Amino acid sequence: MPPDSPSLPLASFLRRQFKRHWHGALRKPGDTFNPLLFYLMVVTLFPLGLGPDPEVLATLAPGLLWVVALLATLTVAGKLFASDYADGSLEQLMLAPHPLYLAAMAEILVHWVMAGLTLALASPLFAVMLKLPSQAIPSLVFSLLLGTWSLSLIAGIGAALTVGLRRGGALLSLIILPFMVPVLIFGASAVREAANGYDAASWLALLGAYALMATVLTPVAIAAGLRISVDN
Amino acid sequence: MATETLLRATDVGIERGYRRLLTGVAFEVGPGQIWQLSGANGSGKTSLLRAVAGLAHAGVTGSIERTDSCLFQGHANALKPLLSATENLSWHPSGGVDCSDAAVAQALAAVGLAGLEGLPVGNLSAGQQRRVGLARLWLAKSALWLLDEPFTALDTQGIGMLATRLDQHLEQGGGVVFSSHQPMALSRSVAVLALDDYAA
Repeated sequence: MPPDSPSLPLASFLRRQFKRHWHGALRKPGDTFNPLLFYLMVVTLFPLGLGPDPEVLATLAPGLLWVVALLATLTVAGKLFASDYADGSLEQLMLAPHPLYLAAMAEILVHWVMAGLTLALASPLFAVMLKLPSQAIPSLVFSLLLGTWSLSLIAGIGAALTVGLRRGGALLSLIILPFMVPVLIFGASAVREAANGYDAASWLALLGAYALMATVLTPVAIAAGLRISVDN
Repeated sequence: MATETLLRATDVGIERGYRRLLTGVAFEVGPGQIWQLSGANGSGKTSLLRAVAGLAHAGVTGSIERTDSCLFQGHANALKPLLSATENLSWHPSGGVDCSDAAVAQALAAVGLAGLEGLPVGNLSAGQQRRVGLARLWLAKSALWLLDEPFTALDTQGIGMLATRLDQHLEQGGGVVFSSHQPMALSRSVAVLALDDYAA
């Protein structure tokens, strides 16, 4: 009788899971940087559509920058877990000795680095394109850092629930949009306050609280959603 | 559960999509035993294997006891097409599969893929991808193997290779449950569970 399988240390489990998705993301840069490209395209179009008046652009910029960030996240939300479901990796993860939500968190972390972190880091460029007052740029970057993390986690719930459906796209948006609205309000408000010369700290604190709450609560929902999707 | 038994299914019934597929399925897998689930398409082979693995709970009745030391290989190979064979095999979420570089290289050589380790798996043929997936059996330390249609897409040589590996595993006291339409020739007798007999 072969020896019983030794348990895999949690750290190696997470490292393997992260590495697998990280390498996967780097191999298809087209897919990975889609949100960034989307953001760039839409932000380029606004001055063409609204006219080049710096005053108008600066007034609208906080809201525009945040709405586009939310839509950019939405465009790639359906990709989360999709390949894991299709290729059977999800089944292996469900049978693993470690909790499914940890595996899901590793995947979401990679997803966020590609779709959220890069967006936040590139956002000063977009802010300049929309004539956002320069004193609001730190608030924009910081609000996007916190906000996109929440958005990625919320997207995870919807993706987990709809991954087994053939056309889950519309349903996915319907499920997650209500949870994303507070992020949009807090984020856009933070940038607007800063643009008007006020202190944005309270809005950023709300965003931070939302991100913390999402970090604690969504993994449970994501794991439950994935179980339902596989168990059918 | 007694240490000798790797898997014990008692009075298992399976319902899928409001349709009862199986009732009263009972079998027991001990060390060195191999069971084949046979039956027509749609007879519930995959459903039963998934229930036994613990992947499906909805619509499953009866009792299933199995060892934790278990490897499940489904229809899908759990391979990422953009990653190489080596990268794919160096990932597994359980400790029951040896993912060290040396072991992976050895396993890939054993399934006849030496020289193709670095290619993205998506560039390999269906049969070669199947071989990469099955290479996990050469890395597995688990006692009980649950294999869903392991012979699909394999050529004659591949089938022979897999049969040899199954024999080896049984020799070491492991147990195997696999689903297949075709009768299999192994050096040990294969117990056949004809699911058509349990159709509800």
